[in-house]
Amino acid sequence: MSLPPFQRLMEEHVPGLRRFLTGMVGWDGSDDCLQETLLAALTAYPALRHGGNLRGWLFAIARRKAVDHLRRRAREGRTAPLPAEVGERMESPDWELWARVAALPEKQRTAVTLRFLADLPYAEVAEAAGTSEAAARQNVRAGLAALRKKMPAEDAGAGEAEGAR
Amino acid sequence: MSEMADRLRGLAVPPPGTAMADFAERAFDGGQAEAAYGRAPTPLGELTAVVTRRGLLTLLFEEQDQDGALQRVADKISPAIVESQAAVGFVREALDGYFRGSAFRIEMPLDRRLITLYQARILDFAYGIPPGEVRTYRQAAERAGNGRAARAAGRALAANPLPVVLPCHRVTASDGGLRGYAGGLERKRFLLEHEGFPR
Repeated sequence: MSLPPFQRLMEEHVPGLRRFLTGMVGWDGSDDCLQETLLAALTAYPALRHGGNLRGWLFAIARRKAVDHLRRRAREGRTAPLPAEVGERMESPDWELWARVAALPEKQRTAVTLRFLADLPYAEVAEAAGTSEAAARQNVRAGLAALRKKMPAEDAGAGEAEGAR
Repeated sequence: MSEMADRLRGLAVPPPGTAMADFAERAFDGGQAEAAYGRAPTPLGELTAVVTRRGLLTLLFEEQDQDGALQRVADKISPAIVESQAAVGFVREALDGYFRGSAFRIEMPLDRRLITLYQARILDFAYGIPPGEVRTYRQAAERAGNGRAARAAGRALAANPLPVVLPCHRVTASDGGLRGYAGGLERKRFLLEHEGFPR
């Protein structure tokens, strides 16, 4: 069984993983999660029995690392720094939307960030999130609805096209 | 497509910084990565060095198929391969010494897992040729046990995974012609002249 060099996987998927992890845990902490994800993936990689859907496999590891990170943070009584606090590092001040994403319930945030920040198709959103595809679609719909409700001014008139696809 | 989906897709994330290079270095040092590759600039062009924790595994010239070679390493050794300049630092240093002319016999730890048994006999013979001198394919074949197998010796040398370091360039045709080299005859000539041949 032939697997590509791990570096190829990183080159292909690290940008998406960083976007997903930033959506899950915020600006501070996403790179720690990424390192943990890659280390866990690299350690398990040579023993993989097949090279099919490596992206779904990687994102599933990333999701577990993000959830671990959030639980650890909650246990230690720490909250994520508000994106505004790191906002000065950003070129475009998206921090308000980041804050709304961060406020979504975990399942919705997972599905929304996998679908739109990492740009995965629903089948892989489901695999990475550990849900059925129907549940993944439902979580994305609910997440988008919650985000719209919180930003009525900016998103007035936007249709339900995405949720219905 | 909803406007919210577009806004989410357009969200900026922190700039990547050196996180990937740092990760690769740590993963190699920690043993989670079995192999690493990086660049070594030389007068022969930029070589790609592939190393394991045992030592240098293979050295590639620019125009050789890097992806194919890395895939062979993935299949034969391990797919846990990362890119790390730090991991190949010892190769750069040794090659620098060679090309500066301070050490024509390159000494560094080698991982010989890509070398066949027959090839090992031929390459050990090549390593024993003093810098500035050459031997023939036939002599190489004799040392490997069969003087009539000059062509086989030539093939073994041409497929040397550790060119420059195991000096297959010191083996030439008995008529004095350079014959062949995986990195091209120009490079073979350069290496021999660099070592002081012909005197």
